[in-house]
Amino acid sequence: MKVTEKDVAYVADLANLELTGAERVGMVRDLNSILDYIDRLNELDTSNVEPMAQVSDRYGVDESKQGSERFAYANREDVVEGLRKSLSQEVALENAPDADGTFFRVPKVIER
Amino acid sequence: MELTQLNIDGARSAVQERKTTAFALAESHYARIEKEDEQIGAFLTLCKERALEQADRIDRMAAEGKPLPPLGGVPVAIKDVMSTRGVRTTAGSKILGHYIPPYDCTAVARMEAAGAVLLGKTNCDEFAMGSSNENSAFRPVRNPRDLNRVPGGSSGGSAAAVAADMVVVALGSDTGGSIRQPASFCGVVGLMPTYGRVSRYGLIAFASSLDHIGPLTRTVKDAAIVLRTIAGRDPMDSTSADVLVPDYVAELEKPVRGLRLGVAKEYFGDGLDAEVRQAVESAIDKLRGLGCEIVPVSLPHTPYAIPTYYLIATAEASSNLARYDGVRYSYRAAGVKSLSEMYRRSRDEGFGAEVKRRIMLGTYALSAGYYDAYYLKAQKVRTLLTRDFEEAFQKVDAIVTPTSPTAAFRLGEKSNDPLAMYLADIYTVTADLAGIPGISIPCGETKEKLPIGLQILGTHFDEATILRVAHAYEQAG
Repeated sequence: MKVTEKDVAYVADLANLELTGAERVGMVRDLNSILDYIDRLNELDTSNVEPMAQVSDRYGVDESKQGSERFAYANREDVVEGLRKSLSQEVALENAPDADGTFFRVPKVIER
Repeated sequence: MELTQLNIDGARSAVQERKTTAFALAESHYARIEKEDEQIGAFLTLCKERALEQADRIDRMAAEGKPLPPLGGVPVAIKDVMSTRGVRTTAGSKILGHYIPPYDCTAVARMEAAGAVLLGKTNCDEFAMGSSNENSAFRPVRNPRDLNRVPGGSSGGSAAAVAADMVVVALGSDTGGSIRQPASFCGVVGLMPTYGRVSRYGLIAFASSLDHIGPLTRTVKDAAIVLRTIAGRDPMDSTSADVLVPDYVAELEKPVRGLRLGVAKEYFGDGLDAEVRQAVESAIDKLRGLGCEIVPVSLPHTPYAIPTYYLIATAEASSNLARYDGVRYSYRAAGVKSLSEMYRRSRDEGFGAEVKRRIMLGTYALSAGYYDAYYLKAQKVRTLLTRDFEEAFQKVDAIVTPTSPTAAFRLGEKSNDPLAMYLADIYTVTADLAGIPGISIPCGETKEKLPIGLQILGTHFDEATILRVAHAYEQAG
């Protein structure tokens, strides 16, 4: 058993999830089963292998250039109304579960 | 003329030549949806007003004798992970059950600019996480070929809508196989382009380094037309590549004789269903008959693809899905007393079981003390998996494999065993990890009349070759 119920509680806390008692039990079982399978990665010696975060730094760019220069085409001017106009306050609030017309409204954060 | 049987060129030219109208095409497909979709469940939202406005625009162009754009009047569906301005976009999740985006996904905007008539949004696994469509928060999709079977996932609604003639083409998204596997299960064509070929702007993020948008169609040519429409640099997505987009349709007709096609033994091992193997082997024979040279290649790290994928995809998802906090646009639980209770309860109630499982796995893999052992390890193996392809493509022009180890399975068959469900993607995830393009095309049926898919993988930005091979196979009948 790699993952205990205590670990699940800790990770749920990090992920902003509560999880019911039954969900936690299921999560212990499922995470252990998946992590057991994932363990096969340890069969590979990767001590001299570079990690790969994404593909776009490997392909489709000017390979004669170095570092961020290779992505020059993705640069743009840092201006307020750039590629797209910012959403108006009204539009930005339209999908909010609770708003007062100016701000998103949430339960009180500071206790007196 | 049967209006719900047309391909893109057939539909467009019928409207252009005034044999029918875009309005009639839209109405006849809506009628088909009305008749079929209660059983199948491919659609979550229809946007008739938007569709008929666009149809009217196209019909006026045709009436004035103006040449129609490439998708003029063609009824399409969009997977519900792509944002559509003013049209509810749920990602198959309760947490976005009432979300109405204020802007359009670039791929959607390009489809409409090319004349497509958007009929509605298709069902999918929640946040595109799943291989059967049973993880939709709304309802599972059923396979039009056998209603007791799953359509595959996560773009199951898009695949089913195309297979059941409810639209001509649909857009899907592929993070670990979510276009190709449902295409295979439903007997249609599904194309995942190279990473960066199609802008992800407006695509609700699952795993940003793995997410791809692509078409599901009934013919390879239609896939080529859609790709030509949606591909190309978009300044709104910094990972969209500045690479020339060829005329995929013109490239289809180039001969395939002399192309070298790789066959990797790692894709024909244990777990491959005998009927699928037989169908794929005969497809390879047919390609040999068309003049392709079949070359054995090795992709030795293939057995490590699923564990690598489930670490990287879940780690990225745990980060991407942190934004659903019940504040700005997502579901908020009722009766909460504090901010932290609001976050937790909204996420607890808003996310389904598989999404929570993946958020938990990803958070665990990124947490202090485990980062090196899991996330960093997976990133290194991702390099090895990518090198496998780079070495193989030194010797061959494309690689042919089965798309999925089995044909469509039954609803409920794997839904209680996450690991068994993950293994349904065993032949598709590597292409997502390496960022290379892949297409699935129908290559026969099982004895139970279930479709089987042939997957063709290509090198980065070489969709033209895999489309050409797929087209040649399809045309050979």
